[in-house]
Amino acid sequence: MSAIYRLARDKMALVGLGIIIVIVAVGIFAPYLAPHDPVQVDLGQKLARPSAEYPLGTDHLGRCILSRLIYGTRVSLSTAMLVLTVIIFISVPAGTISGYVGGRLDNIVMRIIDILLAFPGLVLALVIAGMLGPGLLNVMIALGAVWWVGYARIIRGMVLSVKEKEFILAARSCGTSHSKIIFRHILPNVLSPVIVLATLDMGSLILAISGLSFLGLGAQPPMPEWGAMLNDGRPYMQAAPHLMLFPGLAIMLVVLAFNLLGDGLRDAFDPKGTMRG
Amino acid sequence: MKQYLIKRLFYLIPVMFGVSIITFGLINLAPGDPAEIILRSSGVEPTLEAVDALREELGLNDPVYIQYGRWFRDVLHLDLGQSYRTGRPVAEEIFSRFPATLELTVAAIFFMLLISIPSGILAALHRHAFVDHLSRIWALAGASLPGFWLGLLLIYYFSVKLGIFPVMGRGGLDHLVLPAVTLGFGMAATYARLLRASMLEVLGQDYIKVARARGLKEKLIVGRHALKNALLPVVTAFGMSFGHLLGGAVIVETIFAWPGVGKFFVDAIFNRDYPVIQGYALFMAVVFVIVNLLVDIAYVFLDPRIRLERGRQV
Repeated sequence: MSAIYRLARDKMALVGLGIIIVIVAVGIFAPYLAPHDPVQVDLGQKLARPSAEYPLGTDHLGRCILSRLIYGTRVSLSTAMLVLTVIIFISVPAGTISGYVGGRLDNIVMRIIDILLAFPGLVLALVIAGMLGPGLLNVMIALGAVWWVGYARIIRGMVLSVKEKEFILAARSCGTSHSKIIFRHILPNVLSPVIVLATLDMGSLILAISGLSFLGLGAQPPMPEWGAMLNDGRPYMQAAPHLMLFPGLAIMLVVLAFNLLGDGLRDAFDPKGTMRG
Repeated sequence: MKQYLIKRLFYLIPVMFGVSIITFGLINLAPGDPAEIILRSSGVEPTLEAVDALREELGLNDPVYIQYGRWFRDVLHLDLGQSYRTGRPVAEEIFSRFPATLELTVAAIFFMLLISIPSGILAALHRHAFVDHLSRIWALAGASLPGFWLGLLLIYYFSVKLGIFPVMGRGGLDHLVLPAVTLGFGMAATYARLLRASMLEVLGQDYIKVARARGLKEKLIVGRHALKNALLPVVTAFGMSFGHLLGGAVIVETIFAWPGVGKFFVDAIFNRDYPVIQGYALFMAVVFVIVNLLVDIAYVFLDPRIRLERGRQV
């Protein structure tokens, strides 16, 4: 049974995929879908309850929450995608070269990874973002600098096992150059699991980015970002609880969708569970 | 065993050396000249002469390796510099706040175990039944729910609306409930699923069949024979999770105004209190490394097979 077929039969994964398609579409067509300008301040309308004009109400500056949520889709998705791209651009060469070349180089890369892993969870990302100062770009740099490590480890492991396969030995005995072996034979075998891994990780990345923005480190005002919107709504919890309800739901929905699709992809591409680490 | 421990400790030396280099290098990420930052934070106009004088005084004109050597020597004496904001030694500030963070983390772990062990066992014993589906949905929701949002919802419902728990701060047990639940919730779901999988594997083993054939009570089989072995993978995952809890504590402490290291660190970021940020990074790495070491040792004690194998291999 092929992986695509297995995936197509996984209802939960399809639900996840469906939600993601809708959300991406919302992001792309944000200017057409949003009823208001997401950064338009109207203090006369502040903290308004949901109404016909403002379907999800307004925030403390009278900005339309629905419009901000719709535009926030762009921020969350594009930031996470960008960070993932950076992660892949660092981890694929690091993991591949480390695994393929081996020896001292492998040793050095592995020690660097060990050192970065000595900092718990997201602490190092928080510290780097804290040193660089608040800003979405700084958060992206911080997450990229820390997050590639797990990928590099897994990629290295995969390269090590592919390297010993007979078709690689055959290619080498034919005198194929190392770079050709890496690009033609090793990378194609490594990339599809990496894509699965990346999908699984989109959810966690979106959570991390919105968490950092919630702390005030990421997106800066007036940018409509879900985590920052939650933080903005905190002081008005009693008077206007809807301020913190909808951004949280939006984050949860997107993360859930990526987790559903990621789980499905993992089961489809890796039925034996070798990627569960 | 002793040999394994010695090797494990020996391996820590290069790692901690690397950690110290990263922490030392962090200050270079801060925008601007350190001397200028210090002058500004103490309210002195950073004229060219003042900056030059301070640079000389701080030894910032020396080669990097000499600066590192000096910094490292201070760190070994637990001198992490002084907080720009409070003027007190960073190490003292961190140590005085760590008990609060530890209290929160331990409470979160307690909550996590309280929920995940029974639900993991139930889900395994009633595979594909209602309980199992419920635990699966919960695991998915737990992994997707932003912790900071859960914290806000809990405050809104239990503190603002019902008035059962205090909104923020540290105090008695009632202060601890909401932050601990917020911190432990997501992980509880993950652990319940982990325990379920590992229980199912153990329950399929021959010795469980033998125990059943001998007519032992199901309670005894599950409680004594299966659970003990099923908990092993959970222990392994624990070291990693502790790290996630320490990272997560930063957000939870901020939401609940919990006076721990995490909140102190976040405040330091917005005050550009760089020695505190640096000290926090180093301190957390040391705590994490020690916890992982303890988990490894615990694992060796729990599983004699590993003890023998690792003793030979490592």
